[in-house]
Amino acid sequence: MTETTERLRRTMMFVPGNNPAMVKDAGIYGADSIMFDLEDAVSMNEKDSARALVYQALKTVDYGDAELVVRINGLDTPYFDNDIKAMVKAQIDVIRLPKAETAEMIKELEEKVAAAEKEFDVPAGSIHLMAAIESAKGVLNAPAIAAASDRMIGLALSAEDYTTDMKTHRYPDGAELEFARNMVLHAARAAGIAAFDTVFTNMDDTEGFYRETNYIHQLGFDGKSLVNPRQIEMVNKVYQPTKPEIENALNVIAAIKDAESKGSGVISMNGQMVDRPVVLRAQRVMKLAQAAHIVNEEGEYIEK
Amino acid sequence: MKNNVQRELPEDLMKQYNYQPYESTEIGEPVYQKVAPKVKVSTGDDKYSESLAEIVKKTVKDGMTISFHHHFRNGDYVVNKVMRLIIDNGIKDLTIAPSSLTGAMNDILIEAIQKGTVTNITSSGMRGSLGEFVSHGGMENPVIFRSHGGRARAIEEGSIKIDVAFLGVPNADKLGNANGMYGKAVFGSLGYALMDAQYAQQVVLLTDNVVPYPNTPASIKQTQVDYVVKVDAVGDPDKIGSGATRFTKDPKELKIAQSVNEVIVNSPYFKDGFSFQTGSGGAALAVTRYLRQAMLDNQIKASFALGGITKPTTDLLEEGLVGRVMDVQDFDKGAAESMHSNQMHQEIDASWYADPYNKGAMVDQLDVAILSALEIDTHFNVNVMSGSDGVIRGAIGGHQDAANAKLTIISSPLTRGRLATVVPEVTTVVTPGDSIDVLVTEYGIAINPARKDLQEAFKDLPGLPIYTIEELQKKAEKIVGTPAPIEYNDRTVALIEYRDGTIIDSIKEVK
Repeated sequence: MTETTERLRRTMMFVPGNNPAMVKDAGIYGADSIMFDLEDAVSMNEKDSARALVYQALKTVDYGDAELVVRINGLDTPYFDNDIKAMVKAQIDVIRLPKAETAEMIKELEEKVAAAEKEFDVPAGSIHLMAAIESAKGVLNAPAIAAASDRMIGLALSAEDYTTDMKTHRYPDGAELEFARNMVLHAARAAGIAAFDTVFTNMDDTEGFYRETNYIHQLGFDGKSLVNPRQIEMVNKVYQPTKPEIENALNVIAAIKDAESKGSGVISMNGQMVDRPVVLRAQRVMKLAQAAHIVNEEGEYIEK
Repeated sequence: MKNNVQRELPEDLMKQYNYQPYESTEIGEPVYQKVAPKVKVSTGDDKYSESLAEIVKKTVKDGMTISFHHHFRNGDYVVNKVMRLIIDNGIKDLTIAPSSLTGAMNDILIEAIQKGTVTNITSSGMRGSLGEFVSHGGMENPVIFRSHGGRARAIEEGSIKIDVAFLGVPNADKLGNANGMYGKAVFGSLGYALMDAQYAQQVVLLTDNVVPYPNTPASIKQTQVDYVVKVDAVGDPDKIGSGATRFTKDPKELKIAQSVNEVIVNSPYFKDGFSFQTGSGGAALAVTRYLRQAMLDNQIKASFALGGITKPTTDLLEEGLVGRVMDVQDFDKGAAESMHSNQMHQEIDASWYADPYNKGAMVDQLDVAILSALEIDTHFNVNVMSGSDGVIRGAIGGHQDAANAKLTIISSPLTRGRLATVVPEVTTVVTPGDSIDVLVTEYGIAINPARKDLQEAFKDLPGLPIYTIEELQKKAEKIVGTPAPIEYNDRTVALIEYRDGTIIDSIKEVK
């Protein structure tokens, strides 16, 4: 569980499950997570073919280190059961439930996933879950949803449906999402899982995209859902640590090593005790720095 | 008979055409005699005509070699106008030797072949219905494909002897001073046509825009021209530009372009005064944009950009990031206008550009070339001529010539639809792997093992996965599977010259 919660999830790229070319190429852009969509991107008459396509792609295409997620159709649809079976059989990393409103919905999903794991000889508990929060009810129940299952790895806010439910729409300053963002983020953090911010769809508004991404980075989100591969680089840029942050992190890590070599349980740096939050932050900074290719494997800063 | 890229060549044709098999990319230092055209002396007062029919009748005889340029691309009217008259005159057994062939010329040429008017073709390439026609055995004699530099060489050494060159121009005076820079059907550089103007026995200019004498700048000069013919229109301005100047939004093309840029910027050649050639496709244009940023960031300026030119390249010239644009062909109106307005934008002929049999060609001074590929194999051999079905559908263009650059990058997706681009063996070898240095795909790059220096230079490049070309080939195969082999008949329908005039491959008739 620790391993899965600690992985970087700066970018979750949406890929329409009915588009063979995009499904095939999804791995080349360096997204931390790839989310194949069987739900809203796929029209009714393509539900079965999209499911089959994503299943085959998962079986054949090498997506490298990316975390593979599928957004299945909702509980109230006739596709729900087959989506689960196919994706469990394909051993997807994470199943994402759309329009999650209660912990019970997650539990129902979990039961079916567990049954499918048994049916297809997939190691029990290996398929993880995440929930998309898309309504007022979902936001208010977010803490329970986040904690509904040990399989949960994250919550994602989906702003389009949510703002409609709230009788508003999206504004450039994002004030209408403030409560939902903080609820989702707190619920995720309290449960020790990841939090994903909503998509930003206007590809021509680069400035707006950076403004929003900087903002959710400041709040503490793990990352953002994306509709276009071109946004990956922009998100990564926002999440890229600064040189002083890296230098500080390197000092902390050196202090940890120093303490380890001395067999000491107390880590100290410049005569000050280094406590756990500082260590954790340093480790995350180094992970982000490595992912941004600005330090090498030894952790040394690469001058560009 | 096998050549040095392990291609089996048709022995009878090699003997009949007195060809040698391809050996090496090294040209050496041969000494040879250039040819010169016959001159029919004139004061110039009798050159002008308004009857193309009359001039065609006067100049074209059975068995001749006639030529055209392809600067009008898909907007060309000249080939159709001239060939219509020639066919209707009942002329037989012509060789046509255009700089290249475009779709606009296909129907009339198929008719000309079927009626025995045309029996031989040499070109940079062909596409569409003509490629299908030739690949399915529509011609008795094999087509000879030559690169732009190879054509210049063949003309200068006399392997192509042009009897009449019909050259369309957007402006000319009545004595034949002409350029490609203004008029209705502008295309910019006359680079390929300048060879014909200089070496053809008779030069006929066609124009829809007769201007007062003397017309300057004169790319083609009155001293070279026999006839100037006024026609209603030489080309369709809307179809001349390749329309490729729009900056691509395709994330895959952008990804490849970004990687190409990474390769260039981290190579030993990216320093002040470097030179480069890009193509006209979406990814090539994107490379130009990334390269611009890298040049600004690193305060590096290029000495020249070479080859087929697009607006993004001339923008670099305006911005002072490129010292000179050396232009053999323009792909859009913006580039064509720049040649008119900017002194540092130089028109060059195909010989100056790329001729291997020369006292120095610009490609020999080139640092970085970015080229495309229909297929590339595990020996880095590149095919830009035939499709995966064996049918002719491409053109050598300047591929073999620009591959002479110190750093030649092939930029190509790993697969296209259901077809692999990286294959165990290309359908047709056009450019030998010895001249290719790096392959860039959306998945990562492969470096020619012969380039140990580049292996070293790129080895710690963050975010740019390096594979062997065999690994990339396997990756492609895993995605699209293994295709059934193409079935050919014995007959050879085309021979591919390397730029030095040896034969690098042949194309068989498809079943």
